[in-house]
Amino acid sequence: MTAPGQAAADTSAEPLLEVRDLKVSFRTEDGTVRAVDGVSLSLAPGETLGIVGESGSGKSVTMLSVMRLITDPNARFEGEVRYKGRDLMQLNRDQIQGVRGAGISMIFQDPMTSLNPVYRVGWQIEEQLRAHQQLSKQAAHARAIELLAAVGIPHPAQRVDDYPHHFSGGMRQRVMIAMAISCNPDILIADEPTTALDVTIQAQILGLIRKLRDDFGTAIVLITHDMGVVADLADRIAVMYAGRIIEQGTRRDIFYDARHPYTWGLLGSIARLDRPKPRRLTTIPGLPPSLLRLPKGCAFGARCPHRFGLCDERPELLDKVGDGHLDACHLDLKQKEDLRETTIHPELIEEAK
Amino acid sequence: MTEASATPGPGPAAAAPAAAAGPATTPGPAAATGPAAGNGEVLLRVEHVTKYFPIRQGILLQREIARVHAVDDVSFELRAGETLGLVGESGCGKSTLARCIARLYPLTGGTVVFEGRDISRLTRRQLRPVRRDLQLVFQDPYASLNPRKRVGTVIADPLHIHNWGTRGQIKRRVAELLELVGLSPEHVNRYPHEFSGGQRQRIGVARALALHPRLIIADEPVSALDVSIRAQVINLLDDLQDELNLTYIFIAHDLGVVRHVSDRIAVMYLGKIVEVSPAEELYQRPLHPYAEALLSAVPIPDPDLSEQRTQVVLEGDVPSPVAPPSGCRFHTRCRYATEICSTQEPELIEHGNQGHLAACHHPLNFTRAQS
Repeated sequence: MTAPGQAAADTSAEPLLEVRDLKVSFRTEDGTVRAVDGVSLSLAPGETLGIVGESGSGKSVTMLSVMRLITDPNARFEGEVRYKGRDLMQLNRDQIQGVRGAGISMIFQDPMTSLNPVYRVGWQIEEQLRAHQQLSKQAAHARAIELLAAVGIPHPAQRVDDYPHHFSGGMRQRVMIAMAISCNPDILIADEPTTALDVTIQAQILGLIRKLRDDFGTAIVLITHDMGVVADLADRIAVMYAGRIIEQGTRRDIFYDARHPYTWGLLGSIARLDRPKPRRLTTIPGLPPSLLRLPKGCAFGARCPHRFGLCDERPELLDKVGDGHLDACHLDLKQKEDLRETTIHPELIEEAK
Repeated sequence: MTEASATPGPGPAAAAPAAAAGPATTPGPAAATGPAAGNGEVLLRVEHVTKYFPIRQGILLQREIARVHAVDDVSFELRAGETLGLVGESGCGKSTLARCIARLYPLTGGTVVFEGRDISRLTRRQLRPVRRDLQLVFQDPYASLNPRKRVGTVIADPLHIHNWGTRGQIKRRVAELLELVGLSPEHVNRYPHEFSGGQRQRIGVARALALHPRLIIADEPVSALDVSIRAQVINLLDDLQDELNLTYIFIAHDLGVVRHVSDRIAVMYLGKIVEVSPAEELYQRPLHPYAEALLSAVPIPDPDLSEQRTQVVLEGDVPSPVAPPSGCRFHTRCRYATEICSTQEPELIEHGNQGHLAACHHPLNFTRAQS
């Protein structure tokens, strides 16, 4: 464990992965869905980046596009994804196959459906090893057992011959992680890795991800809707809303100095155990906008309690102070400081009166 | 953890950082005064309710080869106006218990007394009037509404089934219900797919409220919703309770949500209730090691507090309910377990404060709470 507040990653280094102005849209019967609308991100070696947002905010589509896993013929991509000096968006199928696994690998939300039910888990891990590395059958088998042991599965030598249905949800997620780290990737993308799991199992899996990061120095992109998960694990956090990043900063920036009203709303609407119980939960009124018809101005405008004239223009994601903390909101810094606490905890202010 | 529990007074595990974080003016745990709400009459009494599902084998002669012990000897009382939170991990039997109470399943054993009447052996026909007063809200707002029916029909269905009023009265009642749950009465002719998840859950709530029930069993009503929408639905349920004097059994795995809505909380593990406590007190002073571990596993959305605390991480998985462990069912994963835990089953009894029960041979925070 690192000292409190100190980022484990070396952020001054050349970024390992850089996404520049990524746009992903899908043609549908009803019109064009702009799932990702100009996202730029970077990830330093060994860094953990949290991407937070609600369903439909584009967080998964962004990372699936990075992996080039979206094969829908109706999808259109724009922008650049630079990894080790190459633009992943320009690679052909064989080239991208070389990046997946050994360079970037991914684990998914639902461990129940991500494993093939008719093959033994050992076989599935070995298949991956042999596809990416030149290993003999015996060597792959031995390595599979080693990997299962590394992710904390008891009796790996026996379990390697079991089928996925013999494993519980948490154990299956461990198998998924074993597969993802099998080729020692530089980057591990974890898409809601614990959403389908119970809290006690979630704690186990997050502990495992942290251990792997500390042992192997893998850079991690952690996609989640749970602010609690990123509070513990992420060095930097990007908050997404309606296909764009609306705030980005270190984890301390987001939790203690949030500068976007949507982030305030997210922080306020969690029923927290570490605070006295509020009389009512803070809510964000209304619904996210339809991705078919994004408003011209700020996408959060219609739900924002602090909306004003300027919000009819789309705010850019800018670093206004020069401290690396970016936000896309027209309010000035002073206003934000004044409004933040009252928006997150309206009751605290009521009590003070 | 050990450090925290050595200090006198409240506040182990999850509670310790809370004390540090909360504003200094915060009054002590409200729970110390005992259950706040629900001083009315006993609305529901669940006595030794047991539900086993048989596992059968064979084609012609289906022999029962084993049983899933889904709910095993569960008892509790619920007073009118109260909210009981039911928490536990998947497979602990909380949904099965809810369905047993609503008599959607026949019971294997035990009795359910609702409004002073034993409903556990009633026939379907006899159950009908009971169902007016006891309604359910389900987890998945996508699966629990018939996609081919208009919203107005969905909400009016229970009214028709119970021969409630004339067509005009029903129409007015549906409009009233839509308004009550924060939807526009103009939406009656729309289909469920035209609504978002949060709005659908509101429709589910409107349907449950149609017949003026007294008890609502909400089975994970907000788990499928996004955080910002979740808060809206919770606040709605809160308001409706005040307005209509409802009694809730609120099932959820999210301990934050449960704390927010509940007066009392029951923690389930492998088909048994292992702890019952006034809501706030459970978070300040859990008695059962499982409750402690459950609380400690909840991520704290605050980087500093998150780093300061020491998590109790449970090893392994929940054992199979087909052959639950002997003695205390939690002993296989409990870090305080001793000899007696594997041989003798602990009873659910009061430890220290009134109304705070736990089934444990070595309850935590107990001797200190007394002194």
